[in-house]
Amino acid sequence: MHDRHHDPILEWHGASFAYNDIPAVEDVTLQIVAGEFAAILGPNGSGKTTLIKLALGLERPSAGTVRLFGRDPLDFGDWDRVGYVPQVRNGIWNDFPASVAETVSHGSYRGFSPRAIFGRSERPEVIEALEAVGMAALRRRRIAELSVGQQQRVLLARALIRNPELLVLDEPTAGIDVSGEEQLYTVLRDLNRLHHTTIVLVSHDIGAMLREASTVACMNRRLVLHGPAHELTGDELSHLYGVHVDVLMHDALHEHR
Amino acid sequence: MPAILQYEFMLRALASGILIGTLAPTLGMFIVLRRFALIAETLSHVALMGVAVGLITQTFPTVVALVAAALGGVIIERLRAQGKLPGEVAMAIVLYFALAVAVVIIGLADGFNVDLLSFLFGSILSVSPLDMWMLAGLTAVVLLFVGFFFVDLAQSAFDEPLARVNGVPVAQLNLALAVLTGATITLSMRVVGVLLVGAMLVVPVLVGLRVATGLRASLAVAIGSGVFSAIAGLTVAFYADLAAGGTVVLASMTLLALALAFRQVRRRGRRLSS
Repeated sequence: MHDRHHDPILEWHGASFAYNDIPAVEDVTLQIVAGEFAAILGPNGSGKTTLIKLALGLERPSAGTVRLFGRDPLDFGDWDRVGYVPQVRNGIWNDFPASVAETVSHGSYRGFSPRAIFGRSERPEVIEALEAVGMAALRRRRIAELSVGQQQRVLLARALIRNPELLVLDEPTAGIDVSGEEQLYTVLRDLNRLHHTTIVLVSHDIGAMLREASTVACMNRRLVLHGPAHELTGDELSHLYGVHVDVLMHDALHEHR
Repeated sequence: MPAILQYEFMLRALASGILIGTLAPTLGMFIVLRRFALIAETLSHVALMGVAVGLITQTFPTVVALVAAALGGVIIERLRAQGKLPGEVAMAIVLYFALAVAVVIIGLADGFNVDLLSFLFGSILSVSPLDMWMLAGLTAVVLLFVGFFFVDLAQSAFDEPLARVNGVPVAQLNLALAVLTGATITLSMRVVGVLLVGAMLVVPVLVGLRVATGLRASLAVAIGSGVFSAIAGLTVAFYADLAAGGTVVLASMTLLALALAFRQVRRRGRRLSS
């Protein structure tokens, strides 16, 4: 039988990208396979988000190739296999009238659905997804009225309702407090272990990533390091960030890997 | 029967007003939410260029304007989608080009005549049966388009990259939206006038966004305000003998002022109760 566990989900082969001649990603070759909990680490402006955008077909590489489930993202059509939680910037939805439940229910979109305008927003799966991220109580509020951290969690619920095989999150802990962060990681951990969802998480939170992720890719325009999270050393990370980093690993923290 | 309902031209103007009040905010909702409200202003000037060309060449001004505005919409959307120019720069280029052409042609035609003035300021008397039926057809097309693609439009207005990763055909929807906006502006300018037609796509939508929670509820309030403004504005224009475009837009502005006041009161109420 075919072992799905090592199917490549995301692949970059010598991928490069520049914004107006300023290189953002240079010659990255990297593979993320099914079932992985991959963290993409790196300082601000190191090309983490761009790397994700290339893989999802939101940007085209200027050199090299990119594959999503083995296909060119431009020819890819099975978008219901993918959940995406983009970065939330402050105030982008200032006037947006949609309620929280409405926003999440739009996540179950599976292509042209002419009767959707008559559908109810507060369906059981919507409430369930909102409960998973601790936001069910705010379901009737306007998405615009929430804090950035709360909006981030609504977007996660919106991705969860798709039951994706691949979940891509771009800095999901920005604006979330410590308890919210812990709740988020619990959700991701369960998805990864119980449902074998492949998770790709862009972050600059080194500590949390070493604890939660199975593999870590460190970016600084180029791929600086890539390997199992527990093999990373403080020296390597110091090199990446240009500051001294101590990696203090506790056996207890390894438990849930 | 009140005097306003005894004239055939007035019935046509009222019917057209109700159609515009429905049509313009329906499209306008997704234009405003995409922060693309200036496209209405730009396309109305492109339509004016079309009218000028139509008047001087003695072809149907409305038809020439319709083609010009639809093309203008496509060009703006293409420029924006290529990402080489920011949306507002693309619109500024198209707007001033069209306005410059219109000014040159109007000069050639020896200045303003009655026909051109009615296009600029809107005129109840100028709405022909054909104009009204074309508006009815366009309203049907737009309602079907927005009804069928409601979730798609909502998603691409919410976050375009996210919508693309959810499989929404964002580029095609944006093109369709631009072409329909061009058509709406052209067919509405007989009643409201080139200078103010953009307001009908924007102001009722702002009322909906201030008052209601939920996208569908906001859209319903926006359409309600659009229809109310058209009826109230045309009635005032008829009895007080004023320019219809101005009275219709001022009626919608009155609703917007009420909506803003309503929000203030609600906010204060919430603060007191919490």
